[in-house]
Amino acid sequence: MIGIVDYGVGNLRSVQKALEQLDARAAILAGPDQLRGIDRLILPGVGAYGDGMAMLRQRGWVAPVLDFIRTGKPFLGICLGLQLLFDGSEEDAPANGPLVPGLAALPGAVVRFREEQATPRLKVPHMGWNTLTWQRDDPLLRGLNQGDAVYFVHSYYARPVESAARPVASAMCDYGGPFCASLWRDNVWATQFHPEKSQRVGLKILANFAAV
Amino acid sequence: MLTHRIIPCLDVKAGRVVKGVNFVQLRDAGDPVEIARQYDAAGADELVFLDITASHEDRAIMLDVVRKVAEQCFMPFTVGGGIRAIGDVTALIQAGAEKVSINTAAVVMPDIVAQTAKRFGRCATVVNIDPKRVPRAEFEARRAEREAKGLFAPRDSNPSTDYVFEVHTHGGRKPTGIEAVAWAQEVVRLGAGEIMLTSMDADGTKNGYDVEMTAAVSARVDVPVVASGGCGSPEHMRRVLTETRADAALAASIFHYGEYTIQETKRYLADRGVPVRLTAA
Repeated sequence: MIGIVDYGVGNLRSVQKALEQLDARAAILAGPDQLRGIDRLILPGVGAYGDGMAMLRQRGWVAPVLDFIRTGKPFLGICLGLQLLFDGSEEDAPANGPLVPGLAALPGAVVRFREEQATPRLKVPHMGWNTLTWQRDDPLLRGLNQGDAVYFVHSYYARPVESAARPVASAMCDYGGPFCASLWRDNVWATQFHPEKSQRVGLKILANFAAV
Repeated sequence: MLTHRIIPCLDVKAGRVVKGVNFVQLRDAGDPVEIARQYDAAGADELVFLDITASHEDRAIMLDVVRKVAEQCFMPFTVGGGIRAIGDVTALIQAGAEKVSINTAAVVMPDIVAQTAKRFGRCATVVNIDPKRVPRAEFEARRAEREAKGLFAPRDSNPSTDYVFEVHTHGGRKPTGIEAVAWAQEVVRLGAGEIMLTSMDADGTKNGYDVEMTAAVSARVDVPVVASGGCGSPEHMRRVLTETRADAALAASIFHYGEYTIQETKRYLADRGVPVRLTAA
């Protein structure tokens, strides 16, 4: 059974319905006490970083999510769910102040696109269908073609601390420069885009997750 | 590379799509869920549902439509029309709308834009702006009236023309005394993450988008702009996507009546160098 973490941010039904359409059983988990029997976990999310972390804490999800990741079972973060895996984010942080802390399951920071990083000026949020370029053979991206487009809607993106021995990013996207569109390390996967909104390509990715 | 979005727009009244959709495959030409599924399969990049319902009871029906679309279509969609209070926004988002589009309410009580952005993020906050060309003197009189009341009423940033792009509300019936570029910048400051820009002069004509107006607004804000109103052909889309900084093009009748398919439209654009997402037929 696939569990979907409900921490009060956004509608989770589309993720659940997408999985059901793929004949994967998925349950929306109101709290960590419902983790029994869950062998794959999805952390979705929309909205602001600080609110997301506050809600995870309030509902007692922080330690159970990190414990689940440590079990080695497949884990998938989506959009804000990707960003929350990192050390922290610029979002909601004071200018030049410390980052708003995240789950710190992966090394790196979440930063904002800058309008001035491109000419003509970059539009923020990055919204729409953009193409993926894989960095390596990620089981979640199998069956996709190089250059397939997926749906993004976000103003912030993760900058993983990369090492050759333990790479993080698995596919890049270009928006005023390359950024991490999807990642894979050990049993942890995450996408900055929304597979549940990315039509056929997105459903393929979710099917891959249900089968890894 | 980020592609330009091609977006069919559906008008929904009491849970039914009006202005009919003329797809051969459709069993029920008025069922928004079935139409959404067809557009999903056809490779539309996003859908916009505009609720043109007046009554309170029909709002509940709209929420049910949104719920069903969210559960059956795995693509982005925006819902607009009839949003009068933050409670309407919350109900739509909870029903599964990914973005909500606020129009008249943003003019009447701009704080709703800030509240939506704060609760659901800029990415979910769209403001629909409906400008119309009006003679400068008429606009100036209304603007001065607003200014006298202490309301947002900046002077037109481009006083060289004898007309002004004046924001209208209530489906284009009511002039506001607000100039479109200034209003676009103001709603972005308040928290809009996208602007849907519908020319009230071009809407329904099928003579093409108002390129001049779209260019003026899209060059002056740092958020995505959806061009809307007047689309009669893929060439109209090519013009507005190449001659302005619009990110997306919205159309209704050319798709609904089967004049052009999404595929044909995107192929036309791709062949002329406009980046669009091509999907397998």
